[in-house]
Amino acid sequence: MRIAFTVNGRLHELDIDPGEYLLEVLRRIGYKSVRRSCNSASCGTCTVLLNGKPILSCSTFAVSIDGQNIETVEGMADGDKLHPIQEAILEEGGAQCGYCIPGVVMTGEALLRENPDPSDEEIRLALNGNICRCTGYEPQNRAIKKAAQVMRGEIDE
Amino acid sequence: MNDSFVTIGKSMKKVDGLAIVRGKPAYTPDYDMPDALVVKLLRSPHAHAIIRSIDSSQALSIPGVVGIFTYQDVERVPYTRAGQGYPEPSPYDTYLLDRKVRYVGDPVAVVAATTEKAALKALRKIKVEYETLDAVFDMKEASKEGSPIIHDESDCSGVYDNSRNIAAHFVMDIGDVEKTLEECEFVIRRTYHVDTQLHAALEPHNALTYLDPVGRLVVISSTQVPFHCRRILSRILKKPIAEIRVIKPRIGGGFGGKQSVIAEPYAALVTLKTGKPARIAYTREEVSMATNIRHEMSYDVIVGAAGDGKIKAISLHGISNTGAYGEHCLTTFMVSGSKTLPLYNKVDAVHFGGDIVYTNLPPAGAYRGYGAPQGLFPLDCAIDELAYEMKMDPLKLKEMNSIREGETSPIFEIMGEGREGVPQIMRSCKLQECIDLGRKAIGWDSKWGKKKRNGNKVRGVGCALAMQGSGIPKIDMGAATIKMNEDGSFNLLVGATDLGTGSDTILAQIAAEVLTVPLEKIIVYSSDTDLTPFDVGAYASSTTYVSGNAVRLAAEKVKEKVLDLAAEYLEKDRSELTLESGVIRGKDGSSVSLSELCTMHMYTFNQQQISESASYVGEESPPPFAASFAEVEIDTDTGKITLVNFVSYADCGLALNPVQAMGQLEGGSMQGIGWALYEDIIYGKDGRMLTNDFFTYKVPSRMDYGKLTCGLVDSYEPTGPFGAKSIGEIGIDTPIPAISNAIFDAAGIRLRHAPFKSERVLFEILNMEV
Repeated sequence: MRIAFTVNGRLHELDIDPGEYLLEVLRRIGYKSVRRSCNSASCGTCTVLLNGKPILSCSTFAVSIDGQNIETVEGMADGDKLHPIQEAILEEGGAQCGYCIPGVVMTGEALLRENPDPSDEEIRLALNGNICRCTGYEPQNRAIKKAAQVMRGEIDE
Repeated sequence: MNDSFVTIGKSMKKVDGLAIVRGKPAYTPDYDMPDALVVKLLRSPHAHAIIRSIDSSQALSIPGVVGIFTYQDVERVPYTRAGQGYPEPSPYDTYLLDRKVRYVGDPVAVVAATTEKAALKALRKIKVEYETLDAVFDMKEASKEGSPIIHDESDCSGVYDNSRNIAAHFVMDIGDVEKTLEECEFVIRRTYHVDTQLHAALEPHNALTYLDPVGRLVVISSTQVPFHCRRILSRILKKPIAEIRVIKPRIGGGFGGKQSVIAEPYAALVTLKTGKPARIAYTREEVSMATNIRHEMSYDVIVGAAGDGKIKAISLHGISNTGAYGEHCLTTFMVSGSKTLPLYNKVDAVHFGGDIVYTNLPPAGAYRGYGAPQGLFPLDCAIDELAYEMKMDPLKLKEMNSIREGETSPIFEIMGEGREGVPQIMRSCKLQECIDLGRKAIGWDSKWGKKKRNGNKVRGVGCALAMQGSGIPKIDMGAATIKMNEDGSFNLLVGATDLGTGSDTILAQIAAEVLTVPLEKIIVYSSDTDLTPFDVGAYASSTTYVSGNAVRLAAEKVKEKVLDLAAEYLEKDRSELTLESGVIRGKDGSSVSLSELCTMHMYTFNQQQISESASYVGEESPPPFAASFAEVEIDTDTGKITLVNFVSYADCGLALNPVQAMGQLEGGSMQGIGWALYEDIIYGKDGRMLTNDFFTYKVPSRMDYGKLTCGLVDSYEPTGPFGAKSIGEIGIDTPIPAISNAIFDAAGIRLRHAPFKSERVLFEILNMEV
């Protein structure tokens, strides 16, 4: 069946199997940042934004996003300029193996759009579904906090 | 001291960081290969069985199914999956496919199909008739008379005693423990048990294989050990090493789980059988139950001390569960002694020993800490118990008996990895500084022994000291090649394997520092057996120390070469010249830049490629040290354990990149916290792992801890590159003992079986009330 949706503002129209998951479709059309880990909606690795809200693409049927808007980490930087969350993750050591990072960045972005000044507790709660096995979470939590400050114009990048 | 360096000691951003945060295709699954066959494995539903017959005819008739291979289609070659130095100190007890299956999940058949759907359908259509055998799951039963023999095949080798399921055995004695104990005023005798743990790296094991245009086998794999992978594939597949190329791109975590050659051989088999590219990608369930897990261990521990608190004798006698196959079995067991016992080096007598046994459970393997945390739990907690027996502050007891700079332990020489070790004196040991900072950060003096109560909640604190190593001395080798480009940049080629640790970055920092150029001028390429020099890979906390020293030596050789060539060009005495900020200068103001020098030597003058290689094998393995502290809160109504604060300070020598080094300590601590409190593997009665996904196996998430406070102390290891030692593993060693000790301080309950469950605490509370 044929569906149409946008990814990072770009329109995609393509044929899919009715049983295909969004994760497979996004990877197939080149969005490799969307990564498979648990494949059962329990680790957050494959998080993308659907109309601005984080969803798990491994357990979302591709057919259900017909006519809607997806955002992935590929769309976060502005040319060579990284998004403040991406920049802060690099500075704070929030990425080790990096496999969880696309999901962490997208969930963090959704949080900061809704709540530009989250407390430590709110950051932890919002990203609780994003498992990271490398960093012990602290550097990533610091990075989200720092990115929020940058986005609010309180500190320079 | 750091101020004199340009890149060393600075928290440079990861050289692969941009690709990672932008989500660029960088990992093995991101390599597109449209015509690659999908490889799936049919796995045994039985823990112990003989295959009577396999009928693939129906499965083969499914459209899209290209091939199905069983033990009848592969040459029988005993090997070990362990990615270790060669010859490996692990038994050759594994077969690519065998007529016998030894755990639930053991591969039975390999399916290759053009689509995943067809491959999955074929798995259901293969008919296998099994003759089931009795199985043994309890490691304490495995070597008893009458237990089923798991490796009864005649062609395995290196097994200590097949007939009793003992894969390996080790015993070591210094002095006479029993005699020394007679002189001790206080003696603690206990049994401690620690369960297994899953690595749970987020990128599942996967590999892509194909033949290059001249028929060589190319393997792109999520591996920690590309060179060991090439050697082992060569053995199993009977293909010369010269005809195999293993490439490790970015990998999504390893923690030891990818220090064995697991999935690659099945994809490679399909490529060799069909001539077609093949891709294998394990599911999360397969990663959990059919790759490898941590060795479960149990120890009878004895600690004896004189009345003044001097620990005089230690004995650790234990048993380790290697599961169905013996990869890393002897070495992880030895490390549980060799990287814990030297901590308490003032003893008169030490005993260490025991058996590593087979069971019909998933094979154990390498896992961050590599046995050390399993040994530290009994050792540290027994000393903690001793302190309470003596009515002493446990931190004080550990402090006064632990090793310090300038000291040694005979264990270093007696116990290596699979063989004898090397004697070494602690050139750098800032354990006291770690203790002092940690004690302050947790508030030890105001909290220990106080049992601060708030309604039904009571708090307590516990401490643990740890050490690890920096590579395997006289065994592990790392090499580096540096070649110069005409813009004054350098290609740094290393066999070392960055599994997310940041090793590409710190190795580049070392080269940049020696060559006096900015980090951007060092282009790192790592882990490709065709293009990079040999390196054993990422394990045993070795990369910074072993590979780092190789990079330092290679860079120094390039620097010498550059100065020689500049002396010739500038017509100056070599000793007059200095290299600073990428420019060679003479005393008289004459100068030539690296870029000018290289351009000249490429195109016009004394033409040659400026390039050098160097190798390094550690003469020693300087241990990093750590002092960790846990504060817990126990709900005395429900038994619920809450981790309020975890503090860990480490001495890793000079931290070449403080942010990356801290990340190792923070990450290791969290993985240890998970193991201590949340990560619990449950098997069914049939030996099937029931907790094989992230719903049932609880990796800690962001709401599962209170505070995590880590820090590095100032230190300098003279034998390390720019003063560095390792930091990759040590963080995981302390959470189990520190948390166990804290639970005791809070609630008076001594939990000697990890992980620590709230139910257990509640039962203990109820028992005490009765």
